[in-house]
Amino acid sequence: MFAQIVWLVLRKDFTIEVRSLEIAYTTLFFAISCVLVFAFALVQEGRAPEGGAAGILWIAIAFAGTLALGRTFERERQAETLRALLLAPAARPAVYVGKLLGIIVLLLAAEVILVPLVALLFQAPLFAHPVWLALILLTGTVGFAAVGTLFAAMLVRARSRDVLLPVLLYPITVPVIIAGVRATGALLAPEVDAGVLQVWVALLVCFDVVFLTLALWTFEPLMTD
Amino acid sequence: MNPRLRSGQAVAEFDYLAVEDVSRHFGRRRALSRITFRADRGAILGLLGPNGAGKSTMLALLATLLRPTSGTIRYGDHVAGAHGAGLRASIGVLGHDLFLYPELTARENLEFFAGLYGLPDRRAAADAALEAAGLSDRGNDPVSSFSRGMRQRVALERALIHQPRLLLLDEPFTGLDDGSAAALGRRLQTLRASGAIIVLATHDLDLAEDLLDRAVFLRDGRMVHAADRPDALRAMYRDIMTRPNVASGLSRTNG
Repeated sequence: MFAQIVWLVLRKDFTIEVRSLEIAYTTLFFAISCVLVFAFALVQEGRAPEGGAAGILWIAIAFAGTLALGRTFERERQAETLRALLLAPAARPAVYVGKLLGIIVLLLAAEVILVPLVALLFQAPLFAHPVWLALILLTGTVGFAAVGTLFAAMLVRARSRDVLLPVLLYPITVPVIIAGVRATGALLAPEVDAGVLQVWVALLVCFDVVFLTLALWTFEPLMTD
Repeated sequence: MNPRLRSGQAVAEFDYLAVEDVSRHFGRRRALSRITFRADRGAILGLLGPNGAGKSTMLALLATLLRPTSGTIRYGDHVAGAHGAGLRASIGVLGHDLFLYPELTARENLEFFAGLYGLPDRRAAADAALEAAGLSDRGNDPVSSFSRGMRQRVALERALIHQPRLLLLDEPFTGLDDGSAAALGRRLQTLRASGAIIVLATHDLDLAEDLLDRAVFLRDGRMVHAADRPDALRAMYRDIMTRPNVASGLSRTNG
């Protein structure tokens, strides 16, 4: 039953997004604009500052993710469908996981376009170690989205939700973003140190486990009242 | 009695709903204060009162979306906290907002909610709901293309898709033309005859008068009057709501 609810919520969100492409377009447009602006500002004579590519990539992911989180739950607010989800006898953590997976898929899809763009504009060899890159992006995205989905759901009825979401989200997810930046930076070093990468990825996995556990534990009580 | 099971989940069975001395505060604001009433199977109870009287808060409490600050809500032998999912499986809610995804078709909406309620055959449930709504031929159209009346019919069938014992309706007649409102009234009478407990919050006293078996009048979060089988509802409402200091005591009329 848990898996069925997760699938239903994910498929519903996916169907709506495929029909409107609203979040995909706005998120991508925003993220690509962000990368382009930084590329024009920072890349001088074909040379980017050290660590710049990693930082810009994660800034774009965080900003685009915040936009996607807000819009996803705005949809649930417009016809009060979040209430309908909470009124159903379905396990509420399953509703959370369904929404979370939708956000993760969306962000990963955005990263498929962002990563080559950053690699191209910043002359960064991001694809030299594709497995490590995929691991870093996946673990970082899961950590960011786990907290973001919880906060976006909590704030759906708050009047100033658009302001409150980043205010609450960024301080909590700063460790994930820093770990993502440092891991990606380590990947771009001339001599890749697998030990250093392992430490950062392990840290990201730890954040994911902690954030997911807390979110699954608190989602039902937070959404009840 | 063996409990009904749906996807391994026991569905709560009950014959009455009892609200016992229930209060609900939001911070220092008292949204509801010491409300007591009972609703039985095969009856429609109306929650009547002006804007801000506490009707929607009462419905949210009955729907288990909110917890009372004090007092108890009993669904037969069950209380909300102890039987959350099982109770929710027995409750249908039609809110002022329709709880439908406008981008999805009517069929997709109904199948989605049938799945959430663990119904074994989602397609059959959606077919039956579309037929009951009189929209079998529009099932594959997006809800955003429907008129308000058509959306309301789909929303009602969404609320009923799991055959709930308790149906909660918040201003269901809003935005409906006379024909659609009359059809909704007939549907509610059918549900009452089938043994559902129906709680209806409305401003539309003319339509409610023919439907209600019991009326509970709320003002400023307090229950100020209760009447069984009320007639001349509009006059009664006007009289109760214009009384000075009406919140200070509870009156009762047996029709």
